[in-house]
Amino acid sequence: MSDVSYREITSNGLWSNNPALVQMLGLCPLLAVSGSVVNAMGLGLATLLVLAGSNLVVSLIRRQVSDAVRIPVFVMIIATFTTCTELLMKAYTYELYQILGIFIPLIVTNCTILGRAEAFASKNRVPAALVDGIMMGAGFGAVLVVVGAIREIIGSGTLFANMNLLFGPVAADWKLELFGDGHGLLLAILPPGAFIVVGFLIAIKNSIDDVIATRRAARAAPVEKVSRRVRTTGTIS
Amino acid sequence: MVFARASSPHEHSALSTRQVMQYVLLATLPGLVALTWNFGWGTVINILLASTVAVGTEAAIVALRKRPVLFYLQDCSALVTAVLLGLALPPLAPWWLTVIGTLFAIGIAKHLYGGLGFNPFNPAMVGYVVLLISFPVPMTTWITPRDLLPAGVHLPDLWQSLQIVFPILGAPGQAVDAITGATPLDAFKHHTGLLVEQIYAAEPLFSRAEIVSYGWEWVNLGFLAGGVWLIYKKVFTWHAPVAMLLGLTLMAALFYDGGSSTSGGSPIMHLLSGATMLGAFFIVTDPVTSATSARGRLVYGASIGILVYIIRVWGNYPDAVAFAVLLMNFAAPLIDNYTLPRTYGHSKARKATEKKP
Repeated sequence: MSDVSYREITSNGLWSNNPALVQMLGLCPLLAVSGSVVNAMGLGLATLLVLAGSNLVVSLIRRQVSDAVRIPVFVMIIATFTTCTELLMKAYTYELYQILGIFIPLIVTNCTILGRAEAFASKNRVPAALVDGIMMGAGFGAVLVVVGAIREIIGSGTLFANMNLLFGPVAADWKLELFGDGHGLLLAILPPGAFIVVGFLIAIKNSIDDVIATRRAARAAPVEKVSRRVRTTGTIS
Repeated sequence: MVFARASSPHEHSALSTRQVMQYVLLATLPGLVALTWNFGWGTVINILLASTVAVGTEAAIVALRKRPVLFYLQDCSALVTAVLLGLALPPLAPWWLTVIGTLFAIGIAKHLYGGLGFNPFNPAMVGYVVLLISFPVPMTTWITPRDLLPAGVHLPDLWQSLQIVFPILGAPGQAVDAITGATPLDAFKHHTGLLVEQIYAAEPLFSRAEIVSYGWEWVNLGFLAGGVWLIYKKVFTWHAPVAMLLGLTLMAALFYDGGSSTSGGSPIMHLLSGATMLGAFFIVTDPVTSATSARGRLVYGASIGILVYIIRVWGNYPDAVAFAVLLMNFAAPLIDNYTLPRTYGHSKARKATEKKP
């Protein structure tokens, strides 16, 4: 499997095998912290970092670790990167770290990361594994941010509120007030809202895929009209 | 005298979905009249607005799903959902509340699951709960019954009510705040530390009532009358509603403890307050989302009655019919699994999941 093209890895991670919309892995953090763009982006970046790092290291050691002990080793590697990320967030984005709370350490248990380590990184060369980690992380993060944006708009009527927690004072005035405060549909902020929004996103993705598939089928070479001898016995294959 | 002879069979055919829905709509009338008499035009406006939105949404989604629009509109099921939601919403609720609730009920709770007959949850109750969770303030603003309003304050007339619901029609001559008040269940819940007698004496909602809770008793009796008529018309069987009322009565009787300060309230108060009768005869009896067999409906109804009492007395919300119904909707397939009727000729009933021998 060493001949995987980077283009395929990219499209897999971002779209056709997106961890959140297609594999439906890591739904717990996806549903829990996507109440606003800043939370979603924070967790998305943290997951991206861990995923890229763990994929890289797992790929590096793939010939040294025997099959029997691979899972504990993967988990150790992932836990190490999660701890690093946690410390980084504590150092640079302390308030966001406090808001995300338990969901940062819980990245260890995000199935996407162990899934990629097992399914891809442990079988591929280092550069491919690294790109796969980044693309899968980006795909997961993108879905997180979209869900966060939709829920923030519907639930609290704002967009990009409190972005300074992630990007520093520059982002303090990025907040868009879309409609008056206190009129948001509270349901969107609550867990059921996350389920409904993710459900709609999956439906939209599937219908886009359907459209693409029908177009591709239509564009494929039309059936040649050649006369065939009619067979009266047997089956026409 | 004409002696008309009819040939057999004398049995009528089963009711069509459309007839069932029309009977249900008719049966809500006594309750609707009582609501309108006590709380003004708000409920009628709710129902009309919800019906318009519901029929529009239903038509749009059915068209989107490439199915015959008129055929599906004729079964009146969207109207029933809208009317039940309109009856449940507080009178004079702002228009967007009704619209959002109806959109949710028809669009998400009904059609995303496959339309009539496929929805696991009661659409009207999903709409109600979405609103209750999302907009707690307007959803808990109820009107004081007509005769309990302070002197000089009147319920708004039809035009003023329309102005309150649709602010675009101009400022109403009267503030809504002047006519809002607690419901009996609210009042009972918030007088902690008082004996039941003292609560009754302190609250005109109880002290001026004919039976137990002013205004609400007639609303509940109205829905009871409509429900009994529906049973007489064989629109649904008695099992689920009677079981629900019995479950609620039993719980209330068990925890009444003679009216002490920790009492949960008398059985008759629980039966004739809040949404008890509306729930028992119009929500619990939904053929799609309830259990299927007679035995299953007894279990289903009784569980709802018990849950209503538990949430009313020990939960955070004053009324609980919607929550209890949704919780038991979850459980209905499980109840069905264990209450499969015994097939004629077999010695005992099977479970639905049992492997065939």
